[in-house]
Amino acid sequence: MRNRFFAGLLTAALVDPDLVLITADLGFGAVDEFAAARPGQFVNAGVAEQNMAGLAAGMALAGARVFTYSIANFPTLRCLEQIRNDICYHHADVTVVAVGGGLAYGALGMSHHATEDLAIMRALPGMAVAAPGDPAEVDAVLADLLAGGGPAYLRLGKTGERRIHGGGVSAPRGASIPLGTGGEVLLCCTGAILDAACDAAESLARDGIAADVRSFPWLDPFDAAAVREAAGRYAALVTVEEHSIVGGLGSAVAEVLAEAGAGMPLLRIALPAQSSSVVGDQQYLRTAFELDAGSISRRVRTHLAAHPAATHPAPADPEGNRGLASQIR
Amino acid sequence: MTGESQSSLAVARAVRGHVLRMTSAGRSSHVGSALSCADLLAVLYTDVLQVDPQHPEWPDRDRVIMSKGHAGAALYAVLAERGFFDTAVLHRHYQNGSYLSGHVSHVGIPGVEFSTGSLGHGLPVGAGLAWRARQIGRSWRTYVLLGDGECDEGSIWEAAMFAGHHGLASLVAIVDYNRMQSLGTTDDTLGLEPFADKWRAFGWDVVEANGHDHAALVTALRVPRTADRARPRCVLAHTVKGKGVSFMEDQVLWHYRPPSPEELARALAEVGAG
Repeated sequence: MRNRFFAGLLTAALVDPDLVLITADLGFGAVDEFAAARPGQFVNAGVAEQNMAGLAAGMALAGARVFTYSIANFPTLRCLEQIRNDICYHHADVTVVAVGGGLAYGALGMSHHATEDLAIMRALPGMAVAAPGDPAEVDAVLADLLAGGGPAYLRLGKTGERRIHGGGVSAPRGASIPLGTGGEVLLCCTGAILDAACDAAESLARDGIAADVRSFPWLDPFDAAAVREAAGRYAALVTVEEHSIVGGLGSAVAEVLAEAGAGMPLLRIALPAQSSSVVGDQQYLRTAFELDAGSISRRVRTHLAAHPAATHPAPADPEGNRGLASQIR
Repeated sequence: MTGESQSSLAVARAVRGHVLRMTSAGRSSHVGSALSCADLLAVLYTDVLQVDPQHPEWPDRDRVIMSKGHAGAALYAVLAERGFFDTAVLHRHYQNGSYLSGHVSHVGIPGVEFSTGSLGHGLPVGAGLAWRARQIGRSWRTYVLLGDGECDEGSIWEAAMFAGHHGLASLVAIVDYNRMQSLGTTDDTLGLEPFADKWRAFGWDVVEANGHDHAALVTALRVPRTADRARPRCVLAHTVKGKGVSFMEDQVLWHYRPPSPEELARALAEVGAG
């Protein structure tokens, strides 16, 4: 995802002299090409995130289109008030980019677990929030951010994420992306945990439970219409995110369901609202927090068993699609 | 350029009058902070800046960021006095439904460059404006008015280091150095000295001036647009909190207390705005 982002950003910068990239001294091996190709559009602000966010606001108010970059919580929480006051209140064209969303830097410890970023960024007025699920979604989201501008937050995974979509996808601001239709259960997910959700859906299919996946690369604006429609179509809704259970996708979906009077039980699969002193690689920690594909499918089965009313047959699928097998590779 | 000929002394006198009336009517805080920087703002907007009150968003205008946003009444007053908007609006300061908030907000107020109120935000933004001017080859100057207590904030020094490192010569930081902050003196709270040396060590030219001497301020604040300079400038303006009103000068009380009607009358007489 990271490399995909920088490739797209550089392509844009080559034809847009107003596009500026600021890093807070991170991106070894990732920012080099941009810095070499467009030195006049690149700033290393040093280890100084508050200054980075303020610089970005100042540049943007004088016509620049700025991307700030760092990892984990540094470009967001370390300079949260600068983002709120200087960027959001002034509608500054700044996109804050964090690599290492969720537990991607799991072994580095609690400081590097970016597990509340979506909730906090989502609460800021005027801030678009994006968390693409695979490299194709990175392309789609970045295209929109380049066209529509900030204030925005872009949460990326790290590198080497599996490609989920077979080809390019379209994800204009606020859209979600269905993978499969016609199942009885819908797994809503955001960010790079899309791969685990898709694997869980395949596992459920083997048990005779038809589960569709819908990726939400945008949390703000949020595709509430898709959630309302799903409430009428599916027997059960599940949210999956590598983020605290407070304030992220699960909360966004719950808000929509409650306001729509949907009255259906929602299973929110997310991280507990606590810090993790245990470290490990991303897959290890996903498993430890029951966010891996096996845990997701098990928790969905348990949920369906506990809510038998939710196992009514789903409406017939007009397109005849069943599950995910044909949608992913 | 700024509007019709109007002496900076007259503007400063008018600003002090506005500030006293606004804080008294609004029952708002920070009258001492506003009086402290009234001369700085009057000189800037009268004799230093290239701005056009009729076209506040003129692209090549000089930029002013009032980083010590709690003295917003003084900025609103000087902008109105210089013709950015009608002085009759000023009485709405701090009133229900008004845009003239206690701390500086740009929304709906011509001439306000940037909204502040949380300390430590202005210098990074100013550095961004100065960096951008150089990147696109424009000649505007960026002035950031800082409080002395505000310089306790780490973000000020992040930006100071950045501006010094990058030689942002179009950036001018003005420190309203009245040696008084929220609960007491700067010396007792978190000593700033050797203050000038700190700025120099961060790569800035430092000019110290009496912050109430208009001629000295003009010299300190007029940064040549074409000179061969490589450093941002810090103007350490030695000021008196509450300047111009004998019973407010150097009193931390007037960081908070609004003048009563009786105190207002006395204060207006003292500043010559009665």
